[in-house]
Amino acid sequence: MADTASLHQFVEKLKAENAAWVEDVIDAFGEVSVVVPRESIVDVCGTLKEKHGFDLLADLCGADRGPEEDPRFVVNYHLFSTRHYNRLRLKVRVSEDDAKIHTVSHIWRTADWHERETYDLFGVVFENHPDLRRILLPSDFDGHALRKDYPLRGYEPYSMS
Amino acid sequence: MGLENTLLESLPEVLTVKLDAVINWARKSSLWPATFGLACCAIEMMNTVSSRNDLSRFGAETFRASPRQADVMIVSGRVSRKMAPVLRRIYDQMPEPKWVISMGACATSGGVFDNYAIVQGVDKIVPVDVYIPGCPPRPEMLVHAITMLQDKIMKESTRDRRDTFEPESRVSIVPGTLPVTEGTALEKETEVEVAQNEVSRPYTVPARHEKRRTS
Repeated sequence: MADTASLHQFVEKLKAENAAWVEDVIDAFGEVSVVVPRESIVDVCGTLKEKHGFDLLADLCGADRGPEEDPRFVVNYHLFSTRHYNRLRLKVRVSEDDAKIHTVSHIWRTADWHERETYDLFGVVFENHPDLRRILLPSDFDGHALRKDYPLRGYEPYSMS
Repeated sequence: MGLENTLLESLPEVLTVKLDAVINWARKSSLWPATFGLACCAIEMMNTVSSRNDLSRFGAETFRASPRQADVMIVSGRVSRKMAPVLRRIYDQMPEPKWVISMGACATSGGVFDNYAIVQGVDKIVPVDVYIPGCPPRPEMLVHAITMLQDKIMKESTRDRRDTFEPESRVSIVPGTLPVTEGTALEKETEVEVAQNEVSRPYTVPARHEKRRTS
């Protein structure tokens, strides 16, 4: 399929900086995903933006692997470079009991609202976020709606009182 | 509204058939909608207003952006739970007489969205006069609904719209709460009626002009 060799060189560069940054590499369907441990996500993102030209955070989203899995949540960072037109994905696995990641909104400003959305729908808390509150659901909503154990219809029908 | 009050206070025995006819004709022939175009049904509403299906030939001449100048609120589109208090506030800001048309399947009953985020029917928030099914309904259906509402308005009586004896209008109503205040003569009346008729009340909000008074 597509040639992923150019993406693997970025992975090699990350490994050269610090071997602990790359936990795992997934190469499938012409896309490369790097699994990064939670503590080093800010360093990895900073390096990729400053030194390797990944200046656009295309998406930051969460995923729930299911209440029986551990770690339960995965936070995906989709990076794109407008200089050399490469896409890279970073994955951070977060367990349910300690669902905290440091924010990357000081690196890419768009992460601000994307992290608010991930917090709103999954409950993953982003530390040092400038304004972490719900963005899509009403502010008095109880629960995190996109978790796998949240029922589709919600809990109570809407009433004005 | 002031006309109805003074007339009916001073002449309580007089039947107002001809006056009803004139007032209702005036009201139905100049129904100015307040757009509440939320989603895809709003596009069909725009179609209804455009030249092919022209809504202004039925009196809906201008779609007022301000609810204070509008008669009928056409709720077109799905109402999310976050939007519901806003909808109620806009409805409260409309002066009497006011009507609501719920356009489309999502406004009528939640439509295809049977989930945590969408209110399953806008009649849980505001009292609805005409429901239009469809996803989206054709513009001709919205025109038909406006004519149905006009027929409904012609059947109204000015006695329905007089103010209650309690100074209800002076009590400020928190937006988002039902308009019936506790302990008014109206509420006692409807309770008595319900107890007499033993009608099971549907879970919808009756409009002011729909609470029939016994006089």
